[in-house]
Amino acid sequence: MAESDLPAQTVCEIVQRHGGTPTRLLQILRDVQDHLTWLSPETLDRVAEELHISPAKVRGVAEFYSFLYTAPRGSYDLLFSDNITDRMLGNRELLHYLCERLGVEVGKTRVDGVVTVGTTSCTGMCDQGPAALVNGYALTRLDKPRLNRIAELVNGQIPLAQWPCEFFEVISNIRRADILLGRHFADGSALRAVLKRGPEAILEEMVKSGLRGQGGAGFKSAAKWISCRNAPGEVKYVVCNADEGEPGTFKDRVLMQDFADLVFEGMTLCGRVIGARQGFVYLRGEYRYLLPSLQAHLQRRREVGLLGKAILGDPTFGFDIDIHLGAGAYVCGEESALIESLEGKHGVPRIRPPFPTTHGYLNQPTVVNNVETFAAAAKIAVEGGAWFASRGTAESKGTKLLSLSGDCERPGIYEYPFGVTVRRVLEDCGALDAQGIQMAGPAGHMISARQFDRRICFEDLATGGSFMVFSHRRDILDGVRNFAHFFVHESCGFCTPCRVGTSLLRDLVTKMHTGHGTRYDLEEMRKLGRIMQVACHCGLGQTAPNPVLDSLEQFPEAWERRLRSTAFEPAFDLDAALEQARQLTGRSDPDAYLREEELILGAMP
Amino acid sequence: MSEPKVKIATCSLAGCFGCHMSLLDLDERLFELAERVELDRSPLTDIKELGNCDLGLIEGGVCNAENVHVLMEFRAHCKVLVAIGACALNGGVPAMRNQYDLKECLEESYLRGIGLVNPQIPNDPEIPLLLNQVHPLHEVVKIDYFLPGCPPSADAIWTFVNQLLSGQPLALPYTQIHYD
Repeated sequence: MAESDLPAQTVCEIVQRHGGTPTRLLQILRDVQDHLTWLSPETLDRVAEELHISPAKVRGVAEFYSFLYTAPRGSYDLLFSDNITDRMLGNRELLHYLCERLGVEVGKTRVDGVVTVGTTSCTGMCDQGPAALVNGYALTRLDKPRLNRIAELVNGQIPLAQWPCEFFEVISNIRRADILLGRHFADGSALRAVLKRGPEAILEEMVKSGLRGQGGAGFKSAAKWISCRNAPGEVKYVVCNADEGEPGTFKDRVLMQDFADLVFEGMTLCGRVIGARQGFVYLRGEYRYLLPSLQAHLQRRREVGLLGKAILGDPTFGFDIDIHLGAGAYVCGEESALIESLEGKHGVPRIRPPFPTTHGYLNQPTVVNNVETFAAAAKIAVEGGAWFASRGTAESKGTKLLSLSGDCERPGIYEYPFGVTVRRVLEDCGALDAQGIQMAGPAGHMISARQFDRRICFEDLATGGSFMVFSHRRDILDGVRNFAHFFVHESCGFCTPCRVGTSLLRDLVTKMHTGHGTRYDLEEMRKLGRIMQVACHCGLGQTAPNPVLDSLEQFPEAWERRLRSTAFEPAFDLDAALEQARQLTGRSDPDAYLREEELILGAMP
Repeated sequence: MSEPKVKIATCSLAGCFGCHMSLLDLDERLFELAERVELDRSPLTDIKELGNCDLGLIEGGVCNAENVHVLMEFRAHCKVLVAIGACALNGGVPAMRNQYDLKECLEESYLRGIGLVNPQIPNDPEIPLLLNQVHPLHEVVKIDYFLPGCPPSADAIWTFVNQLLSGQPLALPYTQIHYD
């Protein structure tokens, strides 16, 4: 066989392995890229041909996801996590240090094609950063000695399998356990409960429990399950949203690492209750290191009769779980975008209603729940709704896992009954000098010390679990700017208010941050933020201005000390914008400059 | 004596004069306008020095050093400054060069163009120096109002100017500012 046919052969084999199913497109492209390091136009055309779908569709998917590359990439692809918590731990210095050691520019592939070093959104290792990914596998606790070693390994082209395993060690850091993490759970007990008592009785317990969506939106889980159970349709699906992309959140990673059986049990339970036989876990690409252990758990469950065709020996109880790996798209955490992605498309949120409970995966009734929600549901089936509801507040029952990171002595996972005050959490994690908290991630809310007595629950401060602490030695605007960049990168580009709005907001925040902003710009940011809140298609765009709007309200001093005293200041450096033309023409006459002292800058009649 | 007339100045920066043509499309309404306003600096008067004005209408974006000076002069002399048309609002067609390096643009035009004699990048000091990108007006000065369109129709300009001069709240009919 000619060498040039190798890629074609690889593509063919991979497509066959996935059954030639177009809904597996994202998984197919991931696998192809693992073999070929990037997706060339020829490769993509080949995939389209094998799947009998249009090349444009394949290209559209390949270009949508951050971890799919349509330009050559190094055989070692290093991506530094660039969340604000990584920045607090000095990731920028390390990034440039490694680039220098490897003789490579940020974001560019080295001439020999061996290595690329870039940045990516939060990889969910905030309690053990600075973090990075190498060929998709998580690296934690980076420091200069570790990077020296990594540079040697890369230059020596040592396979990842031979890298020191401590580089890839991910620790769970469970600091406080309550009913979810603290109590023993016997595998299969929830499934025995549903077989013994029937789906209606379990649903009653779910209603009694008051369990709400733990991803942060807080929709009543029982209502979702009932709606899906009652929806017409022969084939139904259960989807576990493990696309934990909100910067600063990592509790789902810990659940999938240490409590995978509990989560799978919750999914299987849901399958029985709503009448589904197929479940999917949508695992974010950043957590691909978990894949082998999760597959092993699934296999073991099949072997002991907790998954498969006849669960617990009951031939009417069939359910299996498949794991889909994401590829670096925050928007896929939104349930309808996640379903699109599961179907092998690019992840653009659908118009809702109809909701997934009636029109979900392949337009069939589908329950999409967060990892933590499924884990809680399994416990409720065994221990009862009243047991669960005995904790928490009137509207928020049970407990919540918080992912703590930033300026605190003991970052990690804390499980609290709903209703706990921010102050209590800060005391427990050793955040003695907090000036503010980014609650529920960039899409959530920024609160200042004046609000530390607020309670974490749906009635007051709702959260999916992200809790990033900013001490007094931090500049709040560093965080706001980091989040503004994050939203620009993660906007799916479908609707104009979000696609354009996030960029405009980033430009204004940068202008302010670098000391060129005026009151006019502050007002522009407020206006823009309000437009985005009402005009964007999905939650991503609607919440993208939150860090700006919240910090304007909670930390006005952080903005005001940067204000220029003029009424208006241009958005860019006027004279610097002439530099290129000066060089091209060789001109140095007075008209070749726009010197500030000669301009009527900010002049108003 | 009748009321003093409102002073208006207009200019086209990196635009195509299409918005000015639209202004001329006011046709017979121009007579009515002329009774209430006096034109200061404008391509229609050829007055070179800008005086103090009530209203400045600007079409086109900002593509060179001269545009920056003119725009700032307008801002300093006009009580109310209005960006008119797509280029003034967003950069428009001239801003399509923003995706290329300025070097590439100039080389394409002046060094590699078909049929060029003595190819060279012009460097005469009389020619305004190009900015590396084309910008909308509001990135250089504060703009009070934005009138979209490519160009805004004469009707839209008429509604806008009338409402502004008479102090009414601005409210343009859907058909005058939407193009779907």
